[in-house]
Amino acid sequence: MALTPPDDRLWWKQPLHGIELSWITISFLWGLLMFGMMVYWHLTGDQNLSNEAYRINPDVYAEKVEAAAEEYMVREDENSGMPVVHPPPGSDVYMLARLWEWWPILELEEGKEYRLHLSSLDWMHGFSLQPANINLQIHPNYEMVLTVTPDKAGEYGVVCNEYCGIGHHQMLGKLIVVK
Amino acid sequence: MSNLMFRTCPETGLKVHGPAEALIKANAVVAVVFLLIGGLFGLLVALTRWQAIHLLPADLFYLALTAHGADVLVFWIIFFEVALLYFASAILLNCRLATPRIAWAAFFLMLAGAVMANVAVLQGESSVMFTSYVPMKAAPHFYLGLILFAVGTLVAVAVFFGTLVIAKQEKTYSGSVPLVTFGAVTAAIIAVYTIASGAIILIPTFLWSVGLVGEIDTLTYRIVWWGFGHSSQQINVAAQVACWYAVAALTVGAKPISEKVSRFAFLLYICFLLLASAHHLLVDPGISSEWKVFNTSYALFLAVLGSMIHGMSVPGAIEVAQRKNGFAHGVFTWLRKAPWGNPAFAGMFLSVILFGFLGGITGVIMGTEQLNIIIHNTLYVPGHFHGTVVAGTTLAFMSITYLVVPLIFRRELIFKRLAQLQPYLFGLGAMGISVFMMAAGTLGVSRRHWDMAFSDAPFSFDYPPAAFMMMGLNGMSAIVASLGGVAFIVVIVGSILFGKKRDDAFAKENPVIFQGSGATVAHHGDAGSLKIPGTTILVAVFFLSFVLYYFVNWKYLSEVWPLS
Repeated sequence: MALTPPDDRLWWKQPLHGIELSWITISFLWGLLMFGMMVYWHLTGDQNLSNEAYRINPDVYAEKVEAAAEEYMVREDENSGMPVVHPPPGSDVYMLARLWEWWPILELEEGKEYRLHLSSLDWMHGFSLQPANINLQIHPNYEMVLTVTPDKAGEYGVVCNEYCGIGHHQMLGKLIVVK
Repeated sequence: MSNLMFRTCPETGLKVHGPAEALIKANAVVAVVFLLIGGLFGLLVALTRWQAIHLLPADLFYLALTAHGADVLVFWIIFFEVALLYFASAILLNCRLATPRIAWAAFFLMLAGAVMANVAVLQGESSVMFTSYVPMKAAPHFYLGLILFAVGTLVAVAVFFGTLVIAKQEKTYSGSVPLVTFGAVTAAIIAVYTIASGAIILIPTFLWSVGLVGEIDTLTYRIVWWGFGHSSQQINVAAQVACWYAVAALTVGAKPISEKVSRFAFLLYICFLLLASAHHLLVDPGISSEWKVFNTSYALFLAVLGSMIHGMSVPGAIEVAQRKNGFAHGVFTWLRKAPWGNPAFAGMFLSVILFGFLGGITGVIMGTEQLNIIIHNTLYVPGHFHGTVVAGTTLAFMSITYLVVPLIFRRELIFKRLAQLQPYLFGLGAMGISVFMMAAGTLGVSRRHWDMAFSDAPFSFDYPPAAFMMMGLNGMSAIVASLGGVAFIVVIVGSILFGKKRDDAFAKENPVIFQGSGATVAHHGDAGSLKIPGTTILVAVFFLSFVLYYFVNWKYLSEVWPLS
């Protein structure tokens, strides 16, 4: 049994049972198909993360975000006073994470493409856009750039889903998609 | 070595080395204590995330979550694994344990480390979660505790390897080592490179926490830390699969269908887990898709293949044995007539099923590059690993404990009815925890989050009402699992302290292990004659569920905003 040395000292010479061989073959092919599926989705799927990222000093990133916010600010949010930024479609849009807020509020247009830049000024944070359910890991010193096309108008919450200390659960941002 | 240090087990005929037995007991007892502490913290966490109860304030919630992770995911499991390593080497090979004194030193080092880390967490300055991502800083003795624990574990693993060498030299067994020992060797080899990864990242982090190192790159930290954090879960898988084979052998006399296939599957674990950390970095910046796709799959998911093979080999071995035991009629009689009233068997079989369906399938799905976008850091992640580590590993370790108590502690189990019920209670609870957290995660709910209602946030956002219901069901499941956990501890600790002593005469009259010849399965020339129709159907159901659920997730992904 499994607790004693194999009865047959030459166990490696025992032939495989047909049913085991079949299962190993099926599992192996399934693994190959699952690998192929990731490659296939890169070629034909619409949801792939870009590989574009830059090393950046947090202060420099903050300046970029503030400059963009100043240029394209359309109003202030009534309750929080946070700027609402409406950049032109097709342009680069910026959001930053810091303890414990996502800044600023972005207002995007439905069906238009944007280059979204994300980075943190301090600790790691998690960008969780809900209910669209897009989840990204946000690091300090790394600026992530991805192309997004919001396809449904509405108000979205930006939840922080990487634990970042005692204020973590207050770290909720806003992203608005308008028609 | 004097023969006085050995006794002969009346049931198995194995020579049992006294110092090895004492070390197995000590490590197992401490493991169970950490299970109790960590499980209690887990219950507090679940009751806080049940929004209608919302038990703990935020600071204590994050503290409890950190303690929960460290105590059950590391201390309970690793202490128990050290006990298993000593069992699989010294006991199964009829051998003396190498350097018992050093093994005791390892034990006390691990204990000191575990206590130190717990103290640091309970002091409140180290609520950094199990992952302790920089630049969030814990107290220096939090990292130091983990490092001491890791060093102790490494020493224990060395004692295990030393024992294998002694057994070989002193010829205490003939032929190849038993399959269970082979599984333990797998776990030990993985442990070595896992702990090395842990040391490579935790030592600089400790130095950084005391001000000797300037800055640690967050991406490097995540890559190396997960080489420890995820690969260490593969120690659990290997140890748990070894337990499955051991319990199946001891309860129904199962023999591996094919030694070659089962050993090959263990070998796949060793060879193809090296960059398991890749699964955790699928939505991180600065890493190419090629790297992610290759390192999560090694082009064809060979480690997954290992588990899928065990998924047929273990129930298949049980089916063959049960058919030999007289339950050859029909397709599932062998399963229906299995010893479901024996908590060791029930726990083991539930562990096989729950690990495969809940933990296994979902793990592969989250480890798929693009699918991770809709899963990363949601509650789906803890849902997955409660399927693997709680319903799989913990249940498997509990099941073998029901054999360790009579065979090693030599005590009769007390409260036998409670013991019979325990695996079902715990299995049901663990299943609920896993399923409901994954359901909430599918609805986008964040993990490690005190307030899913965002009552203190500057804006408002509402998760769907179903998500709140899932977290309520998760809380209820946690209560059921806790009852199962308490029942386990009451039965085990009670039996060790107050159980009737099993002397040799009593043990011979009341054996706990399967009495019978067991089925000899594999011989030259019988390759075509293996009959396991029941297992074939089980495996087919598993495979269809896997394929279906895999593509359901691609469907979910296809509904997300276009990204590139």
